[in-house]
Amino acid sequence: MKKKKFSIGLLFVYLALIIWALTTIYPLVWVVMNSFKDKKQIVSNSFALPVGSLFTLDNYEKAINKFSIFTAYRNSLLISCTVAAVVILLAGLASYALVRYKFKGSGLMNSLVIAAMMFPVFATIIPVFRMESSWHIVNTNNLWLALLSCALPQIAGNLAFAIVVLSGYIKGLPVELEEAAYMEGCNAYQIFFKVIMPLTKPSFATVGIFSFLWSYNDLFTQTFFLRFPAHWAITRLLNEISGRQGTDYGLMAAAVSLIVVPLIIVYVCLQKYIIKGMTAGAIKG
Amino acid sequence: MNNQPNIYKNKKPVFFFLFPAFLFLALYLFYPFFKNIINSFQIIKDLGAPAKGWNDPIYKNYAKLFTDKNMAIAMKNTLIMIVVTLIGQVGIALVLSLMVDNIKRGAKFFRIVYFFPIVVSATALGLLFNLIFLYDKGMLNQFLGMFGVTELTDWKDSAHAMVTMMVPVMWQYVGFYFIILLTGLNNISEELYESAAIDGATVWQRVRYISLPLLHNVICTCSVLAVTGALKVFDLPWTMLPNGMPMGETWLTGTYMYYWAFQGKDIDYSCTVAIVIVVLGILLSKVVNMIFKEKDY
Repeated sequence: MKKKKFSIGLLFVYLALIIWALTTIYPLVWVVMNSFKDKKQIVSNSFALPVGSLFTLDNYEKAINKFSIFTAYRNSLLISCTVAAVVILLAGLASYALVRYKFKGSGLMNSLVIAAMMFPVFATIIPVFRMESSWHIVNTNNLWLALLSCALPQIAGNLAFAIVVLSGYIKGLPVELEEAAYMEGCNAYQIFFKVIMPLTKPSFATVGIFSFLWSYNDLFTQTFFLRFPAHWAITRLLNEISGRQGTDYGLMAAAVSLIVVPLIIVYVCLQKYIIKGMTAGAIKG
Repeated sequence: MNNQPNIYKNKKPVFFFLFPAFLFLALYLFYPFFKNIINSFQIIKDLGAPAKGWNDPIYKNYAKLFTDKNMAIAMKNTLIMIVVTLIGQVGIALVLSLMVDNIKRGAKFFRIVYFFPIVVSATALGLLFNLIFLYDKGMLNQFLGMFGVTELTDWKDSAHAMVTMMVPVMWQYVGFYFIILLTGLNNISEELYESAAIDGATVWQRVRYISLPLLHNVICTCSVLAVTGALKVFDLPWTMLPNGMPMGETWLTGTYMYYWAFQGKDIDYSCTVAIVIVVLGILLSKVVNMIFKEKDY
C-alpha cells in the first residue's frame, strides 16, 4: 500500500518535470520546424511536421539573399571571440594577483570588483558612448573600430564576474606547485602561464564560454555601438529584420533558427562547462 | 635571488597583473558611473554631442521624474515585474529543484534542458514569442482553436500585454535559479535525510524541516539576483512590445531609459532614469536581505 502511494507521487513528479521540460524545448523545436514552411502554413498548420508538400527552403533563401547574414555572423564572431579572449587573459592575471599576493589595498581591490558586478549597464552606457565618441571610434565607417567600440564595454562588463569565478578556482590550487616551479627558476609571469593557466583550464573555459554567449546575445550594447548595417552583429541584425519584415512569419522563423541553432550546438557540446560555471559563480545577471 | 621560501614576496609583478583589468573597470565602469550622475544635471540633446551647460533649475530632470506619467507607469510595471519574477522564477525553480533532487533517473537531462533558454539570446526569444502570441493566428491561438475556441485573442492588447510580456521573461530564467538551488540541495548531507527517514519522516516533512531551512541562504541569494535581474530586463520586452506598446502601457525602467536615449533625444533625462534603476536596485536588494534575515525557522 505504502509503496504504491509512493510511486503515484513519483509519477506525478515526473509528469510535472516533463511538462516544464516541454515548455523549454518545444517552442524552439516549433520555430525550427516552421522555418521550413510557407507563411500561410505557419498561421494555419503550425503543429504539423514540415514534410512532403509542406517543406520549403524559401525562407532561408530569402534570409540569406536579402540580409547579409554571413557578414553579421562574422562580426558577431569577431566581437565575441575578442571579448572572451581578453576577458580570460585579463581576469586570469588579475585574480592570480588578488589571490596570491598580499599587498596594501588588496581588500579595496576585491570590494571594487564586487561593486563592479553590481553596476547595471544602463547606468554606464551613455557616458561610455560619449567617451568613445570623443575618441572617434563610434559612428565611423571603419569596421574594425566599430567592432572594437562594441567589444570594449562588453569586456569591462564581463571582467568582474570572471575575476570572481577565477579567484575561487585559483584559491583552491595547492601553492606547492608554484613553489616548485619557482625553485626551478620560473618568475611570476612564467608561473602564471605555465602552472596556473593549465591547471585552471576548465574554469577558464567556463569564463570564456559565458563571456562569449553574453556578448553574442547582448542586444543593448550592440544597438548603441554598431550604427551601420555593415557593422551589425547577428543579434542586432535579427532585431532589424523583425522591424522591417515582422509580418513575414516564415522569414522570421528562419531568422530565429539561424541565430538559435549555433547556440544549441555550442550548448549541447559544452553544457558541462556552462552549468559548472553557473554553480561556481552564479552572480552575473 | 633571495632564498626566501615565499615566491610572492616580490611585489613588482602585482602592478602588471592588476593594471590592465582595473584600467578597464575604471575606464568603462567606475568613471562612466559617476559621469552619468553629472550628465543627469546637464543639457545634452544628442548622444555624441557635448553638454550645453547645466539644467535650469539644476534638479529639473529629477523634478520631471515625479510629473512624468510614463515614468510612473514604468516604475509600476517594473515593480510588478519584480514581484512576478521573484515569485514565479524562484518559486517555480524551488519546486522543480526539490522534485529533481528527489528522483534518481533523468536528473542530468532535466538540468541540461531547463538551463537551455538562458543561453539563447533574449532577442531571438522575443521574436519567437511574437510568433507564438501572434493575433492572426500564432501558436497559442491555433492551439486554443484545437479545443474549439474560435474567437482569436489579441495577446498584445491592453488587457493582456503585461502578462504577454512577463511570462517569457519569467520563463527564461527559471532554469538559472533551478541550477543554483539544485547545487544548494546537493550540498545538504545525505545522512540528514537518512536519519530523518529512519525516524519515519515523510517526504514532505523532510522537505519542510531539512531542505528548506538549510536552503535559506541560497534562496536569499536567488531572490536578490531575481530582483536585480528584473531591473535589467531589456531585450525581451523591447523586441515584443517596443515603445511601451500598446499606448505606452508596458514601459519598464530599462526600455524607458533606452527610449529617451534614442527616440526621445533627451540624453540627460535618460541618464536620470538610469540613476533611478541603480537606486531601485540597491534599495530593493537591501529590502530582500532584510526580509530574509528576520525570517526564522
